[in-house]
Amino acid sequence: MNRKLLAFPYIVWAAVFILIPLFMVGYYGLTDKNGNFTMANLASIMTKEHIKALWLSVLLSLISTLICLLLAYPLSMILAQMNVTKTSFIVLIFILPMWMNFLLRTLAWQTLLEKTGVLNSILQFFQLPALEIINTPYAIILGMVYNFLPFMVLPIYNSLIKIDQNVIHAARDLGANSIQTFLKITLPLSAPGIISGITMVFVPALTTFVISNLLGGSKILLIGNVIEQEFTQAGNWHLGSGLSLVLMLFIIFNMVITALFDLEGEGNTL
Amino acid sequence: MAHKLIDLVHISKSFGSNLVLDDMNLYIRENEFLTLLGPSGCGKTTTLRIIGGFETPDKGNVIFDKEDITRLSPNKRQVNTVFQKYALFTHMTIEENIAFGLKIKNKSKTYIHDKIKYALKLVNLEGFEKRMPDSLSGGQQQRIAIARAIVNEPKVLLLDEPLGALDLKLRQDMQYELIRLKNELGITFVYVTHDQEEALTMSDTIVVMNQGYIQQIGSPEDIYNEPENAFVADFIGDSNIFPATMVQDKLVKILDTPFPCVDKGFGENKPVDAVIRPEDVELVEPCTGILDGVVTHLIFKGVHYEMEVLANGFEWLVHSTKMYPVGTKVGIFVDPFNIQIMNKPESEDEEAVVIDE
Repeated sequence: MNRKLLAFPYIVWAAVFILIPLFMVGYYGLTDKNGNFTMANLASIMTKEHIKALWLSVLLSLISTLICLLLAYPLSMILAQMNVTKTSFIVLIFILPMWMNFLLRTLAWQTLLEKTGVLNSILQFFQLPALEIINTPYAIILGMVYNFLPFMVLPIYNSLIKIDQNVIHAARDLGANSIQTFLKITLPLSAPGIISGITMVFVPALTTFVISNLLGGSKILLIGNVIEQEFTQAGNWHLGSGLSLVLMLFIIFNMVITALFDLEGEGNTL
Repeated sequence: MAHKLIDLVHISKSFGSNLVLDDMNLYIRENEFLTLLGPSGCGKTTTLRIIGGFETPDKGNVIFDKEDITRLSPNKRQVNTVFQKYALFTHMTIEENIAFGLKIKNKSKTYIHDKIKYALKLVNLEGFEKRMPDSLSGGQQQRIAIARAIVNEPKVLLLDEPLGALDLKLRQDMQYELIRLKNELGITFVYVTHDQEEALTMSDTIVVMNQGYIQQIGSPEDIYNEPENAFVADFIGDSNIFPATMVQDKLVKILDTPFPCVDKGFGENKPVDAVIRPEDVELVEPCTGILDGVVTHLIFKGVHYEMEVLANGFEWLVHSTKMYPVGTKVGIFVDPFNIQIMNKPESEDEEAVVIDE
């Protein structure tokens, strides 16, 4: 009985900071300014600008997730094969930037990439052509990959170190060369790590508005920026909430599909 | 005599500053059940991994069927391994596990299907095709691991303490299963264990190892009855090991008492070690044996009584079906044939050690 009492602060926390805001988003999203029920806010996702923003968000998040995966997997494999003392040092190097403020790190990239920024000054010094990637989708992808890469590395690394070395040896013993062993044993056994890595990168990348604000300028609108502007500039909470709900449903839908895919990959052992 | 299938020539291997194998020479004959036996850290598993291709020796060569395979990668060797903790592929069904090696070799579907059926029948697990490894017990997983290895028709099956994780009853059953499998398949088994009883039960040849050196190679009977040094005597079964002096051929002085024995050729008045197995110590009426003593401990062990007899300042370990209560005065007699004389240890690894099981 006492244990239930211990959960009380958490229940209050969850109610105040999760359930009530969620309920309010739902309320605003499904009503108009006079408080009447309406689906118009949800349906507004179908307008041309909104669809365009959502599509760009999905595209950039997918590209970023893919780049993260391609960078993180080999890195995790190298980490998993190293001895413990070296590994913890390298993992630290990867986690260290996460201890700094997210905004600060993204602002730093802005300074680096600006037309007269650090990177271009160096290029100019060597008489090389200047790079103009600030305020383009490329800068946004760069920001996403940079910020979310650790969230891809850690779950994959964790799933890789859990693989018993003897299982790898068994595959080699049964005649598989190193490529066959990787494709048939290592990759499927690390699938849970890949799946959670994809989720942990794709979802924040899809909803971000800070990275696109700072590195994309004001011209490139992602769905996160559209929602942010409805709240902060247009002052239309109803429309902002409506779009948030749509985005939430979209993410839940994607996660369910990912989970189903994961079940197949795991051979229905879960 | 069958020809040498595997020949390990002058093998040395160290991990960092730790010398695991030192100039080891060993050959394994075709169709032999050979067991590498020794305490943990003796180099037995490293030897197996060198044969399997998971370790490369620092020095020396591995000859397989007259071919040098020292640097050949594991997937190109005609050996298969059964790992200590089974190492089944948990994301595949039993069927897929067993088919793994055959699919790599691009065998036909019908061939693979027949092989799976045959292998599961051989290990008494028919009908398990669609199960997942996690749903099987330890003993069943172990048998799948064996099935997965043998469908590839290896010339040699390497087994790395495969019964280590099983309970006693199951372990004994599996020992008989392995002997049966060995006879049905007619292939060479190289078996690694620290369990001397397992080694005695199953092997044709036992290789006793300690601290990277081979202590003795021989049949189970040889190893048990005629240990070559104190380490082997101590590691295999219970034994009384005495510092003794070989007075002359066929006469040894143990605890200042002359005992007739059958060994010769050690020289005169040479310090030696004498081994007498506890079941070879015969208890008789006082004054009718070779020396007298008093029973100090008595334990009932089921098949026999285990007693300790204090005689000439030494606690003799005695196994007998006849019970003598604590305090009884007894005579000790040993048949000359049952006294095993060994040279004194020349190095640390040949000395008797206390084994933590």
